[in-house]
Amino acid sequence: MADPQIQYRPLTPEEEARRRKRSVAIALALGAWVLLFFVLTIVKLGPQILSRPL
Amino acid sequence: MTSLTNSIGPDLPAAALTSAGGDVPDYFALLKPRVMVLVIFTALVGMAVSHGHVQPAIGAISLLAIAVGAGASGCLNMWWDADIDAVMSRTATRPIPAGKITSEEALGFGLFLSVASVLVLGLTANWLAAGLLAFTIVFYAVVYSMWLKRATAQNIVIGGAAGALPPVIGQAVVTGSIGIESLILFAIIFIWTPPHFWALALIKADEYARAGIPMMPNVAGPASTRRQIVWYSLFLAPLGLVPVALGFGGILYAVIGVTGGLGMVAFSIRVLRNRQGDAEKRAAMGMFGFSILYLFALFSALLAEQSFGLFRPVLG
Repeated sequence: MADPQIQYRPLTPEEEARRRKRSVAIALALGAWVLLFFVLTIVKLGPQILSRPL
Repeated sequence: MTSLTNSIGPDLPAAALTSAGGDVPDYFALLKPRVMVLVIFTALVGMAVSHGHVQPAIGAISLLAIAVGAGASGCLNMWWDADIDAVMSRTATRPIPAGKITSEEALGFGLFLSVASVLVLGLTANWLAAGLLAFTIVFYAVVYSMWLKRATAQNIVIGGAAGALPPVIGQAVVTGSIGIESLILFAIIFIWTPPHFWALALIKADEYARAGIPMMPNVAGPASTRRQIVWYSLFLAPLGLVPVALGFGGILYAVIGVTGGLGMVAFSIRVLRNRQGDAEKRAAMGMFGFSILYLFALFSALLAEQSFGLFRPVLG
């Protein structure tokens, strides 16, 4: 059940634009995070990454 | 579409009471980018003076993690200090007091980046470096911001340890240990911090008083603060030459260390002598500006000598 103490209001166009920019920034940050761990894995393991026992 | 109206506490101006989320640069501003640049620079110098080798990608990712960790501690500092930031002209435009970002958002952002930066540094370099970064974040956000800053006039003296640790973390990244080189760099930044900040505090004393922050000029008085600036500068000048005595500072470093150290003492004496009006303000701002130049020049000399083959030993 909705809390009657909480007030909601429509976002203004400016606020919506800001939210869109934040979403893009979060997506880019997540992409960078994945790339960082990919690079880290390659650098730390090097050629051994392909010669691990199956 | 709708937004939840947030409340961030009773002590902030009305502009800060509601927010539908800030712009991307507002979140970046929470990280104190100028401090991050200084942290990257001093950590890099800590890496450069270390006897060891680090894979460039490992070094770059480590520096990024250290910078983000420093930014996270800055973000937590802004979260905690939002009430006093709102009443000081220098800090009133920061994202939280300006009403661009809520206090809760800043807390979540700072905590997330703290954990992420320590985790990345541990996985990238080693857990000693990660532990030192975690200690730095906790020391700055909890010991300095939450406790010392509002409790004692020695706030920036003890709290300066957080700002002095990046070279130690840098050396830990490269060698997996803490050596005398980075400890000397730690000592230089630690002793440099009080005269640097007290010069600013002298001319911002009214604002600090209004915010209830016990800075040295407000507690011990301007005269005592000026004398302490001179004493710290007198101690800093020879301390800045210890890298030469230990053999990791060469001729270039020695020249900058001697001239810069004499400059610090000269500017501090100017602060001591000029006690009123515009002359007082000019002397204090001169000290503040020169102290930044001094530290930047010292560390640049070390970086140039160690990384670009400019090292020529002074002693033999």
